[in-house]
Amino acid sequence: MFESLIGTRSTPVKNIVERGSLKAFSKAIGDESPIYLDESVGKRSRYGCNIAPPTYPRVFDYGEIQGFNLPNVGLIHGKQSFHYERPLLVGETVMCSTSLENYYERNGKSGLLGFLILKRYGEEPGGKLIFTEEQVVIITEAVREGMSS
Amino acid sequence: MNMVKEFSVGTPLEVTLPPVSRLDLIKYAGASGDFNPIHTIDEEATKAGLQGIIAHGMWTMGNLAKLFTPYYEEVFLEDYSVAFKGMVFLGDVLTLKASLSSIQNDRYYFDVAALNQKNESVVKGSAILKRL
Repeated sequence: MFESLIGTRSTPVKNIVERGSLKAFSKAIGDESPIYLDESVGKRSRYGCNIAPPTYPRVFDYGEIQGFNLPNVGLIHGKQSFHYERPLLVGETVMCSTSLENYYERNGKSGLLGFLILKRYGEEPGGKLIFTEEQVVIITEAVREGMSS
Repeated sequence: MNMVKEFSVGTPLEVTLPPVSRLDLIKYAGASGDFNPIHTIDEEATKAGLQGIIAHGMWTMGNLAKLFTPYYEEVFLEDYSVAFKGMVFLGDVLTLKASLSSIQNDRYYFDVAALNQKNESVVKGSAILKRL
């Protein structure tokens, strides 16, 4: 049902690694390291500023893939990966976009399961890649039936 | 900051978290913007066929990565991949582990996992730390 959208990428959205948001995120994962939060430690570090926890890109806005609508309930997050070219820096601007890489269906114990492979990109304003993220989202038959009705 | 030279094959980095609380998940929902109600509201979890609210997979993945944070003056997390193997419920006690499997040139290869109190892996994957 998503086959026609494979390869479609959203228009990049401008995001900023905000200190306050990053502090709340670090607290929420119990990782309140001074390398993320203490400005003077960041300044003295090899990065010259604070960096962000590796799973922080979860908070960014990646825009919408046109025509791609998922329900907020009934989805299973199967897998998740991050690849970094370099650490994400506090205060920097990141252009974020997402694409549907693939969609396929397989028979599982609870009926036909749909697998969405979603990729996300974080780039410098000049286009240089900072990170990519890939998630596998599983959609159960019950949820898919609800969507088409 | 800890030093990378302390890494050794067979000596895992490890930490056990306090039991998962509702407040942990409310905080993560707010901080991440993931407001899927199965993570915070009992009735919604029950409606979805769950025995109770479950932790965001990304909460566990985020927690797990902190084993590496003390080393970020020398390395950065280049690759980090996990599969979500099991659900995490309120009161579960998670142990986070990272075991060095090999060192190749300027990269350290780790197997990572989060295990619950029954010793079942709820998150399992790998990480590569790259020397700066």
